[in-house]
Amino acid sequence: MVVYLDHAATTPMLPAAIAAYAEAMGVVGNPASVHSQGQNAKRMLEESREIVATSLGCDPIEVVFTGSGTEAINLGIKGLYWARAPRQRILVPGGEHHATLDTVEWLAQHDGAVIEWIPLDDQGRIDLAAFRAAIARDPLDVALVSVIMANNEVGTIEPVAEVAALAAAHGIPVHVDAVAAYGYIPVDFRTLAAVGVSALSVSAHKVGGPVGIGALVLGRATTVEPLIHGGGQQRKVRSGTQDVAAAVSFAVAASALSAELSAAAGGETARLAALRDRVIAGVARVAPDAVLNGDPTSRLPGNAHFSFAGCEGDSLLFLLDAAGVSVSTGSACQAGVPEPSHVLRAMGRSEIDSRGALRITLGHTSTDADVDALLAALPAAHAQALRAGMADRVPGR
Amino acid sequence: MSGGVDSAVAAARAVEAGHEVVGVHLALSRMPGTLRTGSRGCCTVEDSMDAQRAANIMGIPYYVWDFSERFKLDVVDDFIAEYAAGRTPNPCMRCNEKIKFAALLEKAIALGFDAVCTGHYASILTDADGNNELHRAAAWAKDQSYVLGVLTADQINHSMFPLGATPTKAEVRKEAAERGFSVANKPDSYDICFIPDGDTKGWLGERVAPVTGDILDREGNTLGQHDGAVAFTVGQRKGLSIGTPAADGKPRFVLEVRPVTNTVVVGPKEALAIKEIAGNKYTWAGLAPVHPEVEFACHVQIRAHADPVPAVAQIVSTTAVTGIDGTVELRIIPNEPLNGVAPGQTAVVYVGTRVLGQCTIDRTVSAVPINSSSTASASPVPVNA
Repeated sequence: MVVYLDHAATTPMLPAAIAAYAEAMGVVGNPASVHSQGQNAKRMLEESREIVATSLGCDPIEVVFTGSGTEAINLGIKGLYWARAPRQRILVPGGEHHATLDTVEWLAQHDGAVIEWIPLDDQGRIDLAAFRAAIARDPLDVALVSVIMANNEVGTIEPVAEVAALAAAHGIPVHVDAVAAYGYIPVDFRTLAAVGVSALSVSAHKVGGPVGIGALVLGRATTVEPLIHGGGQQRKVRSGTQDVAAAVSFAVAASALSAELSAAAGGETARLAALRDRVIAGVARVAPDAVLNGDPTSRLPGNAHFSFAGCEGDSLLFLLDAAGVSVSTGSACQAGVPEPSHVLRAMGRSEIDSRGALRITLGHTSTDADVDALLAALPAAHAQALRAGMADRVPGR
Repeated sequence: MSGGVDSAVAAARAVEAGHEVVGVHLALSRMPGTLRTGSRGCCTVEDSMDAQRAANIMGIPYYVWDFSERFKLDVVDDFIAEYAAGRTPNPCMRCNEKIKFAALLEKAIALGFDAVCTGHYASILTDADGNNELHRAAAWAKDQSYVLGVLTADQINHSMFPLGATPTKAEVRKEAAERGFSVANKPDSYDICFIPDGDTKGWLGERVAPVTGDILDREGNTLGQHDGAVAFTVGQRKGLSIGTPAADGKPRFVLEVRPVTNTVVVGPKEALAIKEIAGNKYTWAGLAPVHPEVEFACHVQIRAHADPVPAVAQIVSTTAVTGIDGTVELRIIPNEPLNGVAPGQTAVVYVGTRVLGQCTIDRTVSAVPINSSSTASASPVPVNA
């Protein structure tokens, strides 16, 4: 049995989303065409947009489909930056996803942006006082603020509404990266827009839809410069023939999500949180000196992220993989080449803590049996990883 | 698995031999390049992907393990420090000694593996008593036993070199193509993997600040100035820019680089001939000789692609030099003087095809006395430098 506990990387597609995807791919028609096949494709596309909009608490016209969550984040950040020229300052917390970090760094290197990194506390939460002070230094020159709704690595839920309110007081647009949050905690754009959020990014494959489609929720009052120019589709913000089949499949997943998150007593959120708490308690029994990273309570229901003492995350990953349990070291990977976690470093943690990091994430297919399998495999894997130690550490350093 | 053809075929042969094999690519840089360039054979994301594709085809798991910190300290920084100290290190040997058959092997054994299997061209043979010996590969043109000369008995016992018996590299490439490996025709790597464009001098120049100093003759007379001693290598002729010609009108060559005094010693070509080399840092690749203090016949090889030359070797006491009881060195006297020897190089000692051991050269003796007067001049490289 293979136990999949890396739902934050991607989560299994819903069978209904796969079926709808396959069926929709058999339908011909460019939604921009005028004839009846084009109109049919357009109908499928816009019905899908409505369902996705419902899951995000926004108007359908505010949903801009993109090719990925990363593209949505790029469009949100670059688009707002360019639209707000000549303002130069971008305020960003240090523990954002690479889609954000690398985008703002590109703007700094190529387009005159001045990045102000907002510090995180030791639980990964944005330092609101530092954020307030950073805005106050020169509010008129702030082009935008971008903030993650819940950290994809350590799971901490960020005070997005407070951040937005501080920015909104100066008329500064706020982009929210909700890729990790979507599907796990309520993401309601109307509520967020009311306190000042202008744009919000999500991805379909994190919620049981297909890889290859994401969305930028772009408030009606918000203008962004496009990244891609062409046929003027989607408010002229994202040109290119729209992917009807992917949108249909995304909508099936989004629709299941809306049902789950609105269910009584928290529904899926509560179920995942209970499984997660079993993981946390089980790890504490096996490795009492393992540290739970991120906020212990205000965290994503499916996320358990640890720093193990005296062993490497990639040793644990290897040994658990050999035992049929798929987990992650939680750090960014480029063709498998690991880097120390910038999130843990931004939280003020040592590189050693970063090297011992292991992320266990649960999702819609996770069961008690999965947690049982993890906790059964962990003691031997942990003991062996401890023996392997910090092979890349130089003794005495 | 570096992403090259040799390690891919080695892994495939290990799989076919019935071993349980896991592909491991070493991440040796925190900032790998994206695409392979020139004749570097590893360390880019493309190389990592090549390795993974080969692992996919043979159906084995594949992981990237990060040894970048150890690699930087033990190989890259060591390379810079050795150069700055006027020595000529071989970073590939250092990587074998400290990373592939040390840090990686230790981690692998702790994680439940029995051996590190690589695509090196070398052989492990077992003697009548069951002791493992390191030998040259059948493919002498590709033989890499020299760069494995630093391995100890324990390391050899946990190593596998499945390419050792293959007579030519062409056969390995052919086998890779038959197995469907995309790397079958990937160019061989020659350059030092962490120097992006192969410009070793330029790379070192950015890391070791050059300081102007004196160029001396063997008698200690100042002949001119240089722009930085570390830029010179023993045996170098060009770029000396000495104004006055030699008394005999013959060209002069770099005989020694003395980083402590930032001086370069030059002299006639004949003075490059070295009649004795020695090193106090030595190891035995497998069982040590029973009486290493008794002079024994051997061959010595001083570079990866140099020819082995007949020699005698023995362990001798250096207490009289160091003043410390019990200090010894491996002393090697070639039957004919050697050219192109520089401190920091590794002298690997062979008996037949067997790698017996090695030392890092820290002392050389010229075959030609200074003028006609004194005895041979020993290079003034301090013991334990």
